[in-house]
Amino acid sequence: MSILKMTNIQKSFGDNHVLKDISLHVDKGEVVSIIGPSGSGKSTLLRCATFLETIDSGTITYDGKNAAEMRNGRCVYAKKLNDFRHIFGLVFQNFNLFPHYTVLKNMMDAPVSVMKRDKNEVREECLALLRKMGLEDKADSYPGLLSGGQQQRVSIVRALAMNPEILFFDEPTSALDPELTGEVLKVIKQLAEEKMTMVIVTHEMAFARAVSDRVIFMDGGLIVEQGDPEEVFGNTQSERMKQFLQNYNKV
Amino acid sequence: MTLMTIITKMAVGLEKTCAIFFLTLLFAIPLGMIVALLRGSKIKIVSWIAKAYISVLRGTPLMLQLIAVTYGPYYLFGISISRNKLIPVVIAFAINYAAYFAEIYRSGIESMPVGQYEAAQVLGYSRIQTFFKIILPQVIRRILPSVTNEIVTLVKDTSMAFTVSYQEMFTIGKQIANSQTSFVPFIVAGVFYYVFNAIVGFVMGRVEKRMNYYKM
Repeated sequence: MSILKMTNIQKSFGDNHVLKDISLHVDKGEVVSIIGPSGSGKSTLLRCATFLETIDSGTITYDGKNAAEMRNGRCVYAKKLNDFRHIFGLVFQNFNLFPHYTVLKNMMDAPVSVMKRDKNEVREECLALLRKMGLEDKADSYPGLLSGGQQQRVSIVRALAMNPEILFFDEPTSALDPELTGEVLKVIKQLAEEKMTMVIVTHEMAFARAVSDRVIFMDGGLIVEQGDPEEVFGNTQSERMKQFLQNYNKV
Repeated sequence: MTLMTIITKMAVGLEKTCAIFFLTLLFAIPLGMIVALLRGSKIKIVSWIAKAYISVLRGTPLMLQLIAVTYGPYYLFGISISRNKLIPVVIAFAINYAAYFAEIYRSGIESMPVGQYEAAQVLGYSRIQTFFKIILPQVIRRILPSVTNEIVTLVKDTSMAFTVSYQEMFTIGKQIANSQTSFVPFIVAGVFYYVFNAIVGFVMGRVEKRMNYYKM
């Protein structure tokens, strides 16, 4: 069953038609990478999926329930959007950790104060997550003292602490220097092996090819090509993606 | 009059100076927050009223506002001037300082990166939770130096209560200076204010240090 289904999504900022008609579904356990040039609408698509932007038209469905749907030609969002927010997690390009909270509190606060879960239970879960990620000695550190790679790993575990069914990544390594990119990609790869459902917007082509079940190439607000990564990268059909990969490989 | 008598007489007024100071902070700090939030309101008329409030209270002299609040009700409605001038004095100070605090809060709130709101939203925090748990604690740290500035100014501004003859320290000092044709009370007042502000500076320095437990 699809965890996420987006149909005929359209989004404009003023005159700028960013998403022109995007349909996308993500099945349980699937890893989907979205690649494409800057301004192609990749990040906007993720921001629409996570309700950070409102769509102009289309349908967004999580676990078979509509979060946004068309009614009489108008796009209407569900009243209790927060129930949907518990289904997904989002990892930002700039981490967006809360600097005044320790690593542990960054992870624990939302499960405790938003989901009203038992504090001790959450603490145990979060400490276990930190141990798994090799970050247990950072539990009481403040984010500002961590390296970029560590901060991004913390923001991944913060999202995981909410037990999401699907995790979105918005260019998770773009703010990191190349040396730190590896540790973050390793974590994502580990999650992929554990069959975590993920949608990853990235510029790391080799990584997308290695880790994804499906690759989507976007350009100009449309999905130009998608499919099995070996197929899409090895036997590219569209001219636009060929050109994109050529430019990418040139460097 | 000996120096000691001057100091003792003026020290009596110090109690009233402190009353203006602490009561003004007590009311202006939360009132400023309300004004700042109203100013940021999406409802045009609400934000316009808050802007007008700030504009008028920052754009006219505090001295004039003191006179207006103290004597205005008498001239406008014939209400007799209250015996206890502390009430109108504190009202004038509080509404004036709230305007300045409101702008400081606004600068702090606007300096917050949008990513903090977005992260909180995705994690499901309500708007009120986001403000009180995520935004406000960081804003307080950012604005503390400007707030200290404002508090230091307030210490000195309390002397303006002399315009409505409220018997605080400076008013008494001025009266002694006039009757004794002496400059000594002004020197005493200067020392009082300086020591007061040295204490304020010390306390605020400690508060800032305590808030600096994390790196921004």
